[in-house]
Amino acid sequence: MIKINNLSKSFSDNLVLENITTTIEHGEVVAVIGPSGSGKSTFLRCINLLESPSSGQILLHEMDITKPKINKLEIRKNIGMVFQHFHLFPHMTAFENVMYAPMKVKHQKRGEAEKIAKELLIKVGLTEKMDTYPNRLSGGQKQRVAIARALAMEPEIMLFDEPTSALDPEMVKEVLDVMKDLAKSGMTMVVVTHEMNFAKEVADRIIFMDGGQLIEEGEPISFFDNPQTKRAGDFLAKVL
Amino acid sequence: MNLDFSQIVPSIPFILEGIGATLKFVSVSILLGLILGTIFALCKISNKKWLKWPADAYTSIFRGTPLILQLMIIHYAVPQLFQYDIPVFLSAVLAFGLNSAAYVSEIIRAGIMAVDKGQVEAAEALGVAYRPMMLNIILPQAIKNILPALMNEFISLTKESALVSTIGYLDIMRRAEIVGSQLYRNFEPLLFAGLIYWVMVFILSTIGRWVERRMRHSD
Ligand SMILES: Nc1ncnc2c1ncn2[C@@H]1O[C@H](COP(=O)(O)OP(=O)(O)OP(=O)(O)O)[C@@H](O)[C@H]1O
Ligand SMILES: [Mg+2]
Repeated sequence: MIKINNLSKSFSDNLVLENITTTIEHGEVVAVIGPSGSGKSTFLRCINLLESPSSGQILLHEMDITKPKINKLEIRKNIGMVFQHFHLFPHMTAFENVMYAPMKVKHQKRGEAEKIAKELLIKVGLTEKMDTYPNRLSGGQKQRVAIARALAMEPEIMLFDEPTSALDPEMVKEVLDVMKDLAKSGMTMVVVTHEMNFAKEVADRIIFMDGGQLIEEGEPISFFDNPQTKRAGDFLAKVL
Repeated sequence: MNLDFSQIVPSIPFILEGIGATLKFVSVSILLGLILGTIFALCKISNKKWLKWPADAYTSIFRGTPLILQLMIIHYAVPQLFQYDIPVFLSAVLAFGLNSAAYVSEIIRAGIMAVDKGQVEAAEALGVAYRPMMLNIILPQAIKNILPALMNEFISLTKESALVSTIGYLDIMRRAEIVGSQLYRNFEPLLFAGLIYWVMVFILSTIGRWVERRMRHSD
């Protein structure tokens, strides 16, 4: 579904991503792991063009979305993103947060948008919190609203950038559970995470990055039990 | 020292008429400042150099020189170049409106920049276009920072408006001066004018505090 060819990104003369090549299949759950500063977020942000790649291609259904004349907004409608720090709209209730983009961007009728928003908030377990403003929600609840907000656009693929890193430990599970359900339902997902158990259990494939390079990728079991590169081995020794 | 307010009593209506004159030009100036300031603010936050640069230069010039100099240039210097007799009201509105635009554009720019960058990214990631993002997401949050600062700008503009007496605009200040020179007593009319300014600023400050409370409430 997404083919990434020799993707590189530099900020001024700081090379942050170096020749990343990989493919994300339809329905696949990919976990991206690696040390801090290795370029995981930048990689994710290139996929929905929040960062513009310096070179290389990203093919979404065979269409190169790195071409300068591409309509970024059109591409992003199809790619949901969940941030570490939620970034909910503080002046809107949970319900309004979820409804906003479908109405503004997809020009859905209010009734239809309301119906979808309600279903999604029920799905992420926030039936009681629909009319609550973000500042009255716990971190875990905020992140679930953020997931519902991204899903409301009915994207083909969901990107998660450390969705549980800003949460208190007791709230991590409720967010991961929602993500597991989503994975089971067949959503294509790319998840940057430090939750190794989640990666092991839910991901179809692990991408390990270090120093801006894709060092190793493979199935979780073989990757965690038997990493092929020294850098991956050293990293796993530290985090497991 | 002997104060005698009874002498200025017949002139009080004459001074009071200045309130209308002051308010008229202050409100037109504020309006001009708001419209131009908003446009300049939008130029400043844009990533196009050819929009940003002129707006920054404009702000730098109008904030970096004395208001009274700007007033003099507009009223005396420019008309001299073009052989055009500019009405005092127009000079006053231009000087104060153009000057205020520089401050207002900074207030609005700062208010927008203070909104968390994540808000822009969240909107962009959802495919929201620039205009609805600004109108529905960024401005409603920025307005909390902008409105209280704008009220302060209006207050200082109201006070500084007394400068237009120097070009002969018949505002509160000018009228107090005229009465003073007619009576050969300056203290009483000036004190009276001061009282009027204080009351106007007091009212504006009260509105300002109310606005600020409202803004904090809606958090
Ligand atoms: N907008 C930017 N401008 C300049 N440098 C940047 C920018 N964004 C990221 N970088 C740099 O790129 C490198 C990779 O950053 P990135 O955020 O992608 O790493 P990461 O793997 O997500 O790290 P973490 O686990 O800490 O989130 C870092 O050295 C960072 O300083
Ligand atoms: Mg990161």
